[in-house]
Amino acid sequence: MAQKKFVVGCFDEEKVLFPAVKQVRTAGYKIKDVYTPFAVHGLDHALGMRETSLHTAGFIYGITGTATAVSAISWIFTKDWPLNIGGKPHFALPAWVPIIFELTVLFAAVGMVMTFCWLCQLAPGVKKHHFHKRATDDLFVMVIECTDKTNTDDLLAFLKSNGAIETDVQVAEEEWWFGTYDKEDNLYNNKQVAL
Amino acid sequence: MASIKEQFEIPGNLKTWSYALIGIGTAALLYGMFTKGFSADEHEQVHFWGTLMYNTIFWTLVTNAAMFFICFNTMAQAAWIQSFRRIAEAISTLVPIFGGITLLVLFYVVLSHNHHIYHWLDAEAVAKDPILKGKAGFLNPSFFIIWTSLTIILWSYFGYRMRQISLEADIAPMDHETAHKFNIRSMTRSGFFLVWFGLTVASTVPWLWLMSLDAHWYSTMYSWYTFASSFVAGMALIALWLVYMKNKGYMELSNSEHLHDVGKFMFAFSIFWTYLWFSQYMLIWYANIPEEVVYFKHRVQGAYKPIFFLNLFINFLCPLIILMKRSAKRNFTLVAFMAVLILFGHWIDFYQMVMGSLMKEHISLGLLDFGILSFFVGVMILMVARSLASKPLIPKYHPFLKESIIHQV
Repeated sequence: MAQKKFVVGCFDEEKVLFPAVKQVRTAGYKIKDVYTPFAVHGLDHALGMRETSLHTAGFIYGITGTATAVSAISWIFTKDWPLNIGGKPHFALPAWVPIIFELTVLFAAVGMVMTFCWLCQLAPGVKKHHFHKRATDDLFVMVIECTDKTNTDDLLAFLKSNGAIETDVQVAEEEWWFGTYDKEDNLYNNKQVAL
Repeated sequence: MASIKEQFEIPGNLKTWSYALIGIGTAALLYGMFTKGFSADEHEQVHFWGTLMYNTIFWTLVTNAAMFFICFNTMAQAAWIQSFRRIAEAISTLVPIFGGITLLVLFYVVLSHNHHIYHWLDAEAVAKDPILKGKAGFLNPSFFIIWTSLTIILWSYFGYRMRQISLEADIAPMDHETAHKFNIRSMTRSGFFLVWFGLTVASTVPWLWLMSLDAHWYSTMYSWYTFASSFVAGMALIALWLVYMKNKGYMELSNSEHLHDVGKFMFAFSIFWTYLWFSQYMLIWYANIPEEVVYFKHRVQGAYKPIFFLNLFINFLCPLIILMKRSAKRNFTLVAFMAVLILFGHWIDFYQMVMGSLMKEHISLGLLDFGILSFFVGVMILMVARSLASKPLIPKYHPFLKESIIHQV
């Protein structure tokens, strides 16, 4: 468990966020992540993230499913327990195709969901630090990793000048830990909401 | 948008090539017509008219698929097609031309009572045959002629209306109110086309034109199968023209993002075609009832075996393996190659659908087939190019155009 220092900048519009991401990156800061209420087109590209390999994993799972189905069914129906079904040949490929297909889909789907959860560190009982509660509601939250040399005051001012409506410095756990979110405050409980 | 090339100028070598193809095609057509089409031998007749039939039906359905593509995207208010919709529109201008040829060919076959092609035209045989008698309300010359004419005329008319409304986007910028009305009107017009498309391509027309070649046999998958085949070939044709236009330096607003989505359609509908192919095949194989198996017997175990498996190889395995990767669908060369392969593959598919029923004993694929194909390809190239040159390449005031420009996959 490693605590780390982060600078957090909150933006309320996409068109402010994109130039800010660009500015922060060209200034040489390392963005840990940008938390958004919805999927933002092109943000992964702007952050310079590499293409996900989830689909390659999916292909491998799928092929595994195909191979499992073909080998299992062909062994069962030709070697282990040959049955005469309507006078069809024992090696009845057309009849197997639906099952081969289903197993391919099943392996690929389950495998990809689990890989996705693993990559994102999502599981029951897994807890992570939330940098800003409104990241799931209406704010784009940019989190920048600090090093020993980072001048946080400069960085906060820099974010403000790039349109951040809220900024702060947080020392937080970087990884996940065991825990639940039940007891945490609700989003607007302790706050007077100006309507 | 000053730097955008809006006007397509037909390159000289495109004209030369298309005239050459049309020349070869016309020679093959005339030669075939006089040596086979009007010969006294019924086998020769069936060979010629069957070959002409599958070519003209294939190209009519493929060009009509381009209009279907525009219409369902309009109906879904999808913006991404706007930067290259004029290509699909240009392809769809061929529907009246190829549809007209189809009408002539089918009228000739039906009115000359060529019962070697359509067995149900033989009135004596129908009278003695309980199955054909049961189908006579649908499979009779008058219904065939009325429905076929209506089909071609309404495809052409609704397609024309869609192309006309698209031209309104060239005139002047639209304010919010006008754009909204324009959008609703486009959707209404596309609705007419889509409903008629559903009543024809997705159901009755493949039954009438193609499935009735085996008058006793039927398959509930047949129309969807034909639709999938023609639609994936239509997407391939759009992709091919998109790549061509990009190569010539036009269509600056379309990029690999648009090509990626067109490639996805090619990939997905190849799989969809296989799904229908398999559903039709597997049920008949499994039930093994003689009156159903009759369709596949000579295709899987007889003379058509190589064509049958070539069909599956080109139209399923090749797209599955080659187009699966994201980078492949964004590669102009690879997509162009696959588009040609898919078009050829589905042409072969239509070949075996028609000729596999008409000439069961041997494969007739030869110079006549490729000659007639070259006629249709030549006309297609020439007419699409002309149609592209006749109006601006970008609907520049279309309310969705901006969304299409920033389209990202």
